[in-house]
Amino acid sequence: MTARALINAPKTARKGDIIEIRAMIAHKMETGYRQGPNGQMIPRDIINRFVCTYGGAEIFSADLFPAVSANPFIAFSTVATESGTITFAWTGDDGQTQTATAEIAVN
Amino acid sequence: MRQPSRRTVLQGVAASGAVAALGAPPAIGQAQSRVVVIGGGFAGASCARALKQEDHNLAVTLVEPQTLYTACPFSNEVIAGLREIEAQQFTYDGVRRDGIEVVHQAATGVDHAARRVRLADGAEIEYARLVVAPGVDLRFDAIPGYSETAVEAMPHAWKAGGQTVLLRRQLAEMADGGTVVISSPPNPFRCPPGPYERASLIAHYLKLSKPKSKLIILDAKDQFSKQRLFQAAWQELYPGLIEWVSLSMGGRVTEVDPSTKTLITEFGNHEADVANVIPPQRAGAIAAMAGVADQTGWCPIDPVTFESKLQPGIHVIGDAAIGGAMPKSAFTANAQAKVCAAAVISLLRDRKPAEPKLINTCYSLVAPDYGISIAGVYRPKDGLLAEVEGAGGTSPLSAPASVRAAEAVYADSWFRTITGEVFA
Repeated sequence: MTARALINAPKTARKGDIIEIRAMIAHKMETGYRQGPNGQMIPRDIINRFVCTYGGAEIFSADLFPAVSANPFIAFSTVATESGTITFAWTGDDGQTQTATAEIAVN
Repeated sequence: MRQPSRRTVLQGVAASGAVAALGAPPAIGQAQSRVVVIGGGFAGASCARALKQEDHNLAVTLVEPQTLYTACPFSNEVIAGLREIEAQQFTYDGVRRDGIEVVHQAATGVDHAARRVRLADGAEIEYARLVVAPGVDLRFDAIPGYSETAVEAMPHAWKAGGQTVLLRRQLAEMADGGTVVISSPPNPFRCPPGPYERASLIAHYLKLSKPKSKLIILDAKDQFSKQRLFQAAWQELYPGLIEWVSLSMGGRVTEVDPSTKTLITEFGNHEADVANVIPPQRAGAIAAMAGVADQTGWCPIDPVTFESKLQPGIHVIGDAAIGGAMPKSAFTANAQAKVCAAAVISLLRDRKPAEPKLINTCYSLVAPDYGISIAGVYRPKDGLLAEVEGAGGTSPLSAPASVRAAEAVYADSWFRTITGEVFA
């Protein structure tokens, strides 16, 4: 899976701040319920798992299903606790995982 | 006690099934039936003229607040300094010469029961059938930070006129090396290829006059009209100048800050030297007041008669109407106007309207001598206007310069032909 991922997290924050994190991946999210032009079913191909970690600890995860639209966009909040790396990982039906990272400085 | 409305009287007469045999019913006190058309753009003005052409004895009133019409097609050339705004402007003298009564007032409401249109000055006009052709309104509520005052700092220029000239002036005043940002709206909207033609012609201006500048299109869509043709032409004519950021690349503008000309997306901010915000749209306000717009803001219509699916006796044509695959263009508006006029006359004569076929053609200029086009044929199918498969198409993806130059000439001829037909 080589989809393009977009992330948005603040570069700096004060300790204890509530910060918003946004992530989107370009993906067709093929449901498996559609027919192609030849009448054959188009096989299911979706992102089925999204995980976000902060300083190595999981802070958000989601299971995704065929009803989720193309280019899934996920936004959530967390508390800025320490400087470190925020890691995003999307896993597809093909078993491959795409990752992206953002650094945050907390003072 | 309530007076019986003209409508109930008419229905009573019609129910007797012998209007013609009875002769003119003097009790009604109306010498002839009147069709009122609200909106004097390509749709409304075309419809008024087509009605009068089909039946010279029909009384037709066109309600349009402005005395001078400024046409949108080719206004992107004005923005790029290739054409003057006066070439876009037309009076209603030609319409009036046809014997159409032109009332320069805003329509403020419709009384369905009495079949009357209310005007801003308090007057009312009675109609046998009403045609609503108000074009689009910009949804200032759709982008936080954008507003009717923000259009001075960040023009939309999506209704031709002062805004067109303002955007042109801002581009002329921009320093070389500046950044132009265009925000393109989600579907449906007026003139689907318009934002990309605009980007092309602004790029043409920048290439010649301000070559260090760049142009970014922030788009709420992943696909757009004539996309492959536009993108191939950009590569050829303006390499590296235009950057298109699609929806899935984070292109959707979620907020703007007019004080700094900043466009905000989910994934970053774009500070512009010239910002052109084309907001989402809906049918012109009178459509909602007349009860013909649904919760989407657009007006569902019957594809044979263009009669509203929400209000009998009221027809909707042009950009305000929705109901299938026809794009919102001046060509479409003009084609729908003629079909609607024929249907209105058939209905007034108690005849069954004919099944129409409609054509749309949209020319876009990528440079003054580089035109591309898309054409489609549409017909009613399952209550909607469906594209006829195999008819229409776009310009070839690879073609010699002579073909592009010829299409630019066709575009100009089309504009002169249609404005001549509608306004001259």
